[in-house]
Amino acid sequence: MTRSQKIEEKFFKLLMILATYFILAILAIIIYSIFEKGIKSISWEMLTQVPHGGYYYGKGGGILNAILGSLALAFGATLLAFIIGMPVALYLNVFLIRHKKVIAIIRFLLDLVWGIPSIVYGAFGFSLMIFFGLQTSLLAGILTVTLFILPIMIRSMDEILCTVPIGLQEAAYSLGSNKSEIAFKIFTRQSFSGIITAVLLSFGRGIGDAAAVLFTAGYTDHLPNGLLEPVATLPLSIFFQLSSPVPEVQNRAYASALVLTLIILIVSLFSRGVGKRYHKTKINF
Amino acid sequence: MYTSTKISIRDLNVSAGKTQILKNINIDIPKNKITVIMGPSGCGKTTLLKCLNRLTDLYPELRVNGQIMIDDNNILEAKEDIYKLRQQMGLLSQRPYPLPMTIYNNIAYALKLRGIRNRRETHKLVMHYLQQANLWDEIRTRLREPASRLSIGQQQRLCLARGLAVNPEIILADEPTSALDPISSQFIEETFVRLKHDYTIVLVTHVLRQARRIADNVVFMYLGDVIEQGSVEEVFGNPKMEKTKLYLGGTFN
Repeated sequence: MTRSQKIEEKFFKLLMILATYFILAILAIIIYSIFEKGIKSISWEMLTQVPHGGYYYGKGGGILNAILGSLALAFGATLLAFIIGMPVALYLNVFLIRHKKVIAIIRFLLDLVWGIPSIVYGAFGFSLMIFFGLQTSLLAGILTVTLFILPIMIRSMDEILCTVPIGLQEAAYSLGSNKSEIAFKIFTRQSFSGIITAVLLSFGRGIGDAAAVLFTAGYTDHLPNGLLEPVATLPLSIFFQLSSPVPEVQNRAYASALVLTLIILIVSLFSRGVGKRYHKTKINF
Repeated sequence: MYTSTKISIRDLNVSAGKTQILKNINIDIPKNKITVIMGPSGCGKTTLLKCLNRLTDLYPELRVNGQIMIDDNNILEAKEDIYKLRQQMGLLSQRPYPLPMTIYNNIAYALKLRGIRNRRETHKLVMHYLQQANLWDEIRTRLREPASRLSIGQQQRLCLARGLAVNPEIILADEPTSALDPISSQFIEETFVRLKHDYTIVLVTHVLRQARRIADNVVFMYLGDVIEQGSVEEVFGNPKMEKTKLYLGGTFN
């Protein structure tokens, strides 16, 4: 290696190290501040009770309404988006294989809608609600968040399914498999852990978003009570608590953020476990 | 000696955009023989093989014209029974691609596609095909492991067993030993020689010694043209074309 190559190597190595630690440091600061402010206010009462009267002025109660609401909404939307998104991703990669231009157009459109801010989905969901005569409700929230996370779900699955080697597809076709067998037996198995990551990513986006649910799911201090009733969500709960002038309530907002972070952590550890387990055994189904 | 023709290729042209990959190919492939297609890289051997079981359908950029008669059926015109048609042929590719499931299920999947669902029969046939591919003794205790854990050589033999399990009449092999160690390669070659009594084998290779060892019939291709074809004795012993002589002499690879 010449001297200039050595310098170049050192320079870029340093740059990469700095960039990595910079990002890690910022993440650490965010998590630290959530912990630091949240841990003081978190309590059993907060996790197990709904807000009492005057909760937002510092009186008793908790955010169980928002925890359960967010879980119901995010699980519902993720499930729905998976049911719609999985076939779309498979269709793109298995059935449209001879139509590269159509695939390119669909991918482009999906990337485009991925970038639309969630408040626009919220507004769109709201106008749909009015059209169908629906009130702010869990159902309307689920539908809007589904629309919002669909492009994320489809494109991240699509990126994984793209990587199924053509040789493997040829091997499966040469045995006489038809396209649905290739889609459901070969593509889904080969990409199982990637599909889980896609679902997880969508779930994280769905549970963490405030704007899409603002007009559609509404807000309530009661526990979720059926698909057609309004439902509270953690992001909005955090927003309302942060807007309070009372410092104690602001700290509760951080505690709620901590709960949201932990939910995402638990869900992602759990699904990673499932993915790993599957890789070890490659379940026979 | 009279042998009947299993596959007859007439005026086959394949192009991708403006590039002509195969030019007016005419080949007769005899039944129950090993026909070796040889030639330097990029001469269209693999494309020719993919035409035979219509894997070319997966590549929209390829235009295929001409006739490929298998028995009395022009497979380039067959529309509906393409999946059935592919089952007449077992494919062995350059690199083994085990399906993402257990060793046992790799074979059982192929059997299911052939319509065998009975458990006992499946058991029996899985064992039978693994024996045919010379793999049974090594892996009989590991049938429930994922196929990806086998060595490359074992994976290739698993792929062969899987290809046989759909009960084909023809075996298509595309440089099946190029990724394998010498011992695994020998296993595959021996298996081919044993199998040719029941199957018609088309083998693509650029290993001349391999061609000489196991071929009955040889087709020499160069840049999309068939330069020479005939029995192995004719082509290796007394090549007629200048290009064949040069290739066999090792002048180009």
